[in-house]
Amino acid sequence: MSDGDVAIDSAKDDNKDNNNDATSGGVNSGRRYFLIQATSAVAAVGAVGAAWPFVKYWTPSAKARAAGAPVKVDFSRLAPGEMLSPIVAWRGKPIFVVSRDNQTIESLKSDTAELADPDSQNPEQQPEFAVNAWRSAKPEVGVYLGICTHLGCSPKYVVTDNFEASGQGGFFCPCHGSKFDLAGRVVKGVPAPDNLEVPPYRFVSDTVIVIGEEGAA
Amino acid sequence: MDKTKSETGPTKLEAVMGWVDKRFPATETFEYHMSKYYAPKNFNFWYYFGFLAMFVLVNQLVTGVWLTMNYVPSGEGAFASVEYIMRDVEYGWLLRYLHSTGASFFFIVIYLHMYRALRYGSYRGPRELLWLIGMAIFIALMAEGFFGYLLPWGNMSYWGAQVIVSLFGAIPFIGPDLMEWIRGDFLMSETTLNRFFALHVVALPLVLCILIFVHLVALHHVGSNNPDGIEIKKNKDANGIPLDGIPFHPYYTVHDIHAMVVFLFIFCAVVFFAPEMGGYFLEKPNFDMADPLKTPDHIAPVWYYTPFYAMLRAATYPLFGMSAKFWGFVVMAGAIVIPAVLPWLDRSPVRSMRYKGLWSRTMLSLFVISFFILGYLGTQAPSKIGTIMAQICTTIYFAYFILMPWYTRIEKTKPEPERVTG
Repeated sequence: MSDGDVAIDSAKDDNKDNNNDATSGGVNSGRRYFLIQATSAVAAVGAVGAAWPFVKYWTPSAKARAAGAPVKVDFSRLAPGEMLSPIVAWRGKPIFVVSRDNQTIESLKSDTAELADPDSQNPEQQPEFAVNAWRSAKPEVGVYLGICTHLGCSPKYVVTDNFEASGQGGFFCPCHGSKFDLAGRVVKGVPAPDNLEVPPYRFVSDTVIVIGEEGAA
Repeated sequence: MDKTKSETGPTKLEAVMGWVDKRFPATETFEYHMSKYYAPKNFNFWYYFGFLAMFVLVNQLVTGVWLTMNYVPSGEGAFASVEYIMRDVEYGWLLRYLHSTGASFFFIVIYLHMYRALRYGSYRGPRELLWLIGMAIFIALMAEGFFGYLLPWGNMSYWGAQVIVSLFGAIPFIGPDLMEWIRGDFLMSETTLNRFFALHVVALPLVLCILIFVHLVALHHVGSNNPDGIEIKKNKDANGIPLDGIPFHPYYTVHDIHAMVVFLFIFCAVVFFAPEMGGYFLEKPNFDMADPLKTPDHIAPVWYYTPFYAMLRAATYPLFGMSAKFWGFVVMAGAIVIPAVLPWLDRSPVRSMRYKGLWSRTMLSLFVISFFILGYLGTQAPSKIGTIMAQICTTIYFAYFILMPWYTRIEKTKPEPERVTG
């Protein structure tokens, strides 16, 4: 810029507004700053708006949301001390149905020293009817979501010696070594933070349950 | 034009290049990045791996495009289409093994490339941004490998991905929703497979190529470091050319092609004779199709993630009201990201391990040893002794970084030479 240009520009600016503090070299920097800020703000709103469909596109589709009807499970052939096999699926996730004998039911009440949450105090891990020592509607049958609360592996059913002291069985997650007792209660000092989830279910008859529905039998 | 000029005038090639150069800076670019890019003349073994990484990238891109021609990204078809490629497609087995072995070699080469930087202080100023871009490439590469690993839809693919996606569930408040958002479903499903395919085949390769381009632009702007860790730009001749520099082309291009041939011997030996590498490169449970109801008896990620996986498992105690699961996530994410701050942790007056003191050498050695032990532990089933060892090694891993400002300052260093040695 030549000297002449500067003089003309400054003269123009002086005529337009008196805000000389923000004016340097013929540029009203205050106004420029405001315009940049305002344009950027509008552009940011636009960018967020444009990004929204792309983000929302990733959420479960209507089809995925519609899947997941209740599942009827007949466990009449299940003997005490066994877990139902093949494993049934509810909403695509494995469901463990275990049958417990009297000795197991007694020990679930007494062997609680090693457990992190023996009284099922986290309300998100089970429906209200399962807040008891065996975490189920009936002591002799346990129904659990077979997904480890640590990182979502499916634990193994261990018939005996999951616990060194009592020799009791339970569930053992092979991925990171989390242990659960036969009521799906997590042991202290393992990576899993919570007890296994109890899905909503109800008894249709003594040996048939519907998973995904709650209420009286 | 007069006759005398045409007699001594440009050759045909020069004429063509002249035409091009007026319209596109071809010669200028070649000179800037190759024939007039002065690299230190004392590069050693550790300086091959940047080039080799680019070579493996090309292998992955080419074989990847070919595999896409027969792969079917659907829950029903994915596993079968990989079998189809392996058995029925002409040379399908070769292209697939080149791709799967290439993935492992990509990480071998990148880990060695990163070790080089630790050894010779390549992350130090003015190369901080170069290092940060490199870290971004590393993270993008981990994501690329992870997305690709789900595609065969084997049972290990499935549960491995389930575990990694579940990691995000450890983030307070938004965790569960975030998991659902990543999966696009309430469990790992075909929806997840489809989006991982899109990310693996289109999005991340694009990101990687852009980042690598930026990495090279930054490198050629600041110039390469070298085993002595001294600036060759400090000693220049009358023409402004570094006295200890040598044109990248032809000197290092020939060097690197030599390295590539040696690399191909090893690479091909694995591709042809041990593509599964005893279950480390391709894991055995992955020869079963994905089963959402049954986790394999022993699940471990592919070897290149196992050091970080072992650190994740090493967190077994809740702390400050947060669960062990949350801390596992923090430890793992921290372990991956913490090298990014190296340029600001290293306070040593010298860059290279050649002139650093006993502390730096010891810490780097311990760091490398614990990284190997963690890598081994991550492949093994969880055990009490394994967990304790992982906890010790995790501590060493982080100590290498966190104590660095202290030990690089107190140790006695050797004086750097004025000119490069050897």
